[in-house]
Amino acid sequence: MPLLEAHNITKNYGSVEALRGASFSVDAGEVVALIGDNGAGKSTLVKCLVGAEQPTSGEIVLDGKRVSFDSPTTARRMGIETVFQDLAVAPDLDPAANLFLGREIKRKGLLGALGMLDKAEMRKQAAERFTTFGVTLQSLDVPIGSLSGGQRQSVAVARAVAWASKVVFMDEPTAALGVVQRERVLEVIKRVRDNGIAVVLITHNMPEVQAVADRVEVLRLGKRVARLTDADMSLENLVGAMTGALNQEEAA
Amino acid sequence: MSQSTLDYESTVNTEQQSLGKRLFSANTLWTGLVLLVLYAVFSIMRPDAFLTLFTFQTLLIEAAVLLVLTVGMTFVIITSGIDLSVGSVLVFAGVVGAQVMEGMSPGGDATGAGAGVIAVGLLATVAAGAAWGLLNGLLIAKAKIPPLIVTLGSFGAALGAAQLLTGGSDVRTVPAQLRDWLGFGQTAGVPHMVILAAVVALHGAWLLRTTRFGRNNYAIGSNAEAARRVGINVTGHLVATYAYVGALAGLAGFMSLAYFGTTTISGHSTDNLNAIAAVVIGGTSLFGGVGTVLGSVIGVFIPAVLTKGFVVIGVQPYWQPIAVSIVLVAAVWLDQVRRRARNSR
Repeated sequence: MPLLEAHNITKNYGSVEALRGASFSVDAGEVVALIGDNGAGKSTLVKCLVGAEQPTSGEIVLDGKRVSFDSPTTARRMGIETVFQDLAVAPDLDPAANLFLGREIKRKGLLGALGMLDKAEMRKQAAERFTTFGVTLQSLDVPIGSLSGGQRQSVAVARAVAWASKVVFMDEPTAALGVVQRERVLEVIKRVRDNGIAVVLITHNMPEVQAVADRVEVLRLGKRVARLTDADMSLENLVGAMTGALNQEEAA
Repeated sequence: MSQSTLDYESTVNTEQQSLGKRLFSANTLWTGLVLLVLYAVFSIMRPDAFLTLFTFQTLLIEAAVLLVLTVGMTFVIITSGIDLSVGSVLVFAGVVGAQVMEGMSPGGDATGAGAGVIAVGLLATVAAGAAWGLLNGLLIAKAKIPPLIVTLGSFGAALGAAQLLTGGSDVRTVPAQLRDWLGFGQTAGVPHMVILAAVVALHGAWLLRTTRFGRNNYAIGSNAEAARRVGINVTGHLVATYAYVGALAGLAGFMSLAYFGTTTISGHSTDNLNAIAAVVIGGTSLFGGVGTVLGSVIGVFIPAVLTKGFVVIGVQPYWQPIAVSIVLVAAVWLDQVRRRARNSR
């Protein structure tokens, strides 16, 4: 049984049909790449799956139960996190503060009731998380704005992953990165998967898809048109599915 | 795989930087040194006039009101906002408090009022300031009007409202007991004005540095969108922050009443700029996300020491605003350079 499934999702913006019955599924512990040409509906589908938009019709099933997310906060509470293309970190705060942003650990007792934070505990846990996901930082005490783009992105990924108990969506996580930095983020993604979390990667970069994805789901004109695994993930097939030359789910 | 590309940085460094190293890299240390050097220079030039307990006490007392405003301003500027209305809100709150105390006194003369009336006056003053801050906050965070415009509006409106309440003249009867206790009172040589300002500054530093409210303050100033996405109530926080600044302006108005014995309606038109200058000299970034209360405290005393020092060594006092402006522009320039260096990575 898939961890997260979407069936026949439609989404209309006025008279524009962004999604026309799109379906999607991801299992625990796999990396699924969601690909499609511009305007295929990738972003809209992801927004529906993380609670940023509400679908016009269709159903979303998490862990076998039908769910509806009225906001990203609701989705987060159910273990679904998102890494945004534009990072969404606070550049003036240190890595630990960013990791715990909005979820700070308070001190125990009266001091905690007054709102005081347990910085030492957060620092310790942050160091553990970063180690688990292979994020290497020279220092935990510098603002993350002073880190390289790849490290910043790794922190953003680590944050999403640290709180995602089920699924992490990553929208073009490597788009702004250089070759080495990209390599590091992909390493982090693999570790996340190995920790039993489902990873959904939205990307335009086909070599990247081939490098990390266990499976590919292809959207075209607001619908899923193909699901490809290992051997079928040739560049030819990927591009064919995106452009309409290959269509597995014609009648869906 | 690809281990060779990854091993140029080993692992997460879990050693916390030593206190000394952190201090050294902090610009608070350097502004603090500037202050000490200024103090030392004036002391050496005129030890008889500058290095006296009396000069030191007046220096602290005269800075106390501005210091209270500056603590609030630090919070606002860290959220990448600004509050131009603090001086006018101070006056408005002072007028409200003074009139409440007069209204509770026989014959409308509050000079002989007792502790009960003074306590009510304090509450009224702080509440009037907080109410004005709340209005600022709602207009900024809910109606999404830029803080510069909202507080420029409040700057004019709060002063106008204060003058409407009094018919344009100052309220001149302030409880003598309040003046004796807070305005001129001392404990072991420490003026009560200074103790109150120090308590406000310590509380502000604690709030900013150790609590979730403070952490959210930095996060919102650093990247409001990121804060919103992780579920921080950005609107609510901003409203609370501007209300806090307003409440502190109210408290400053009460201190001003105690010290001057009148509402000093026309005396606070540049408080806003002085507070902003102090905050920025103290290393808080106008772009938000960075700053400390300690830095702002130092930033209050650099202009204060310059003023006193110039008087004592006989330099024309007109040099003071020029010197302060140079320090201010240099502080912002340094911040810009630092940001550019960081963002170029």
